[in-house]
Amino acid sequence: MFALLILVPLAGLILMNLPIGAALKRLAFPLALALTVAQSLLIACPAGVAWLGGGTLDHYFNFSLGIDGLSRVLLLSVGIVVFTTLLVGRAMLVGPRRQFNFVSLMLLAMIGMNGTVMLSDLFSLYVFIEITSVSSFILIALTRGRDSLEGAFKYIILSAVATIMMLASVAVLLMVAGGTSFEVIAAALKNSPHSLIARIGMGAFVCALFIKGGLVPFHGWLPAAYSAAPAPVSIFLAGIATKASGIYALVRLATYVFPQSPAVNNVLMLVGAASIIIGAVAAVSQSDIKRLLAYSSISQVGYIILALGCGSPLAVAGAIFHLFNHAIFKSLLFVSSAAVEQRTGTTDMAQLGGLGSRMPVTSATSAIAALSTAGIPPLAGFWSKLIIIVALWQAGFHAYAVIAIGMSVLTLAYLLVMHRKVFFGNVGEALAQTREASWGLLVPAVVLAAITIGLGVAMPYVVNTFILPISRIL
Amino acid sequence: MISALDILLLAAMVAASVFTVMTARLLWSVLSLASTSAFLTMIMFKLNAPLAGVFELSVCAGLIPAIFISTIGLTQRLSPEALAQRRKDKLKRFFFLPVIIVLTGLVMSQVPLAVDFAMPAPAVGQDVQTVLWNSRTIDLLGQIVVLLAGAFGVAVLIKGSKND
Repeated sequence: MFALLILVPLAGLILMNLPIGAALKRLAFPLALALTVAQSLLIACPAGVAWLGGGTLDHYFNFSLGIDGLSRVLLLSVGIVVFTTLLVGRAMLVGPRRQFNFVSLMLLAMIGMNGTVMLSDLFSLYVFIEITSVSSFILIALTRGRDSLEGAFKYIILSAVATIMMLASVAVLLMVAGGTSFEVIAAALKNSPHSLIARIGMGAFVCALFIKGGLVPFHGWLPAAYSAAPAPVSIFLAGIATKASGIYALVRLATYVFPQSPAVNNVLMLVGAASIIIGAVAAVSQSDIKRLLAYSSISQVGYIILALGCGSPLAVAGAIFHLFNHAIFKSLLFVSSAAVEQRTGTTDMAQLGGLGSRMPVTSATSAIAALSTAGIPPLAGFWSKLIIIVALWQAGFHAYAVIAIGMSVLTLAYLLVMHRKVFFGNVGEALAQTREASWGLLVPAVVLAAITIGLGVAMPYVVNTFILPISRIL
Repeated sequence: MISALDILLLAAMVAASVFTVMTARLLWSVLSLASTSAFLTMIMFKLNAPLAGVFELSVCAGLIPAIFISTIGLTQRLSPEALAQRRKDKLKRFFFLPVIIVLTGLVMSQVPLAVDFAMPAPAVGQDVQTVLWNSRTIDLLGQIVVLLAGAFGVAVLIKGSKND
């Protein structure tokens, strides 16, 4: 019954939009919220996954869906981040119509992301990535401001290029391999006399995923889209959208489809290292919180790709752990940014300062997220970065390990500077009346901070029970 | 064996697609896009791929232009000045296109790619229902949701803007 993760949000979306009265529309938000909680609980609990795996629904619809350890990590992230996004959207978006449209679009995006992580066919993967992308374009432009329309337009244009590359790749691979399932393509890449053409096709698909994931040198759209989008949409984009549609697919293809090849690994490591460096260096010079966090996202995603390119089971475990951690701490940082925006009306650091005394909870949760991002023990981000760096060192990639450590220090520097500018010092006259953020922002912030601390403290159990088994299976 | 009709159809398709991206009027662009799909449909039938042809005709030449036209109905006309400027500037954007095409052709002719593989057999003999309902049901559902998302976007961004 894995199909439930696609069909239930779809049924909810259709029901909510039927012209049969306002009552259903009023129920949209609590129902969508309940859906994310149900998904998170079902996926976190092995009995829930076993229940989803039973039944005949998938067979009835002829759906080829499956959930393995990697899918579980992503589905759990989808549940948590969409839950957060819905709460922040409720608190920050103005007007019932806009809030209702937001909930509908989040359900559409959920369908796309849930489908993406449960499929094992390249063409199906493309179709569900497109669902997430189309929902994201509309979400970015939801407020119809000049900046948000510009951000959405940049994303559409680069996504269109990615779409063309994906379709061309699927066509080439279909010709060479005779099918588009991961299994068939993996066999063609290994054994076909035309494996060079298959590799070119696969390379085009990977480049498209670099665009979707916002990796260097295809990251041009990301800072504009993240910073111009409404606050809840920034959380959604940074927390899960680019991960489900770009990074997850890369991890899946690199581990299931590509034969282990030094050439592929080198490309992944180069792109990963370039993303880490360029993202971190660009973040240093930003004066807007959301733009800084956008560049920071590019840098942190670089760690995932660098580890993936390393290829050892420990490195892949680190990549998957960092994928989940980044979804949590980056969402938390954007929730903090949303809280500041809600109370002060700006995210320009030059106009902020001294908010720590006015917004103590936001300040504390933001500090937890910043320290986790920079890799400070005992928070979750420290362990995933440590695993990645140890794996790189063990595999003999000493230069990459040094880059990873050096850029972590830079990450700590720019995030502490951001925190100092926003929360430390004396509060200005204009901000003297600032109050703590509303409950809609505090609840997800506290939940995400608790996950960040909890994962860090329970790290040996989490890694041994969940993360290492996934990387060994891969 | 390539016949004169094949070349004619390919030329017509390319001409229609070039006109699609070069015309200044959205409505003409959509109609030209539908023509591109219609020519592609004929090519697909000639290549013995009727299933792909049926889909190209119904979705790309039918449904998608209908969505585009309904969207255009919600927009405003360009002012005569803006239209004149648009016509003046349109060729500039395509300045590098011939160069890119020639360079790509040169590079591709130098790459030693063996492209003598057998194409997978088209789905001849399988009716549309069998293929879609037995093999690619999830893709069918996915495409429907993509269209739904697009239509929802039109309603939210353009119709909503008019209401505001």
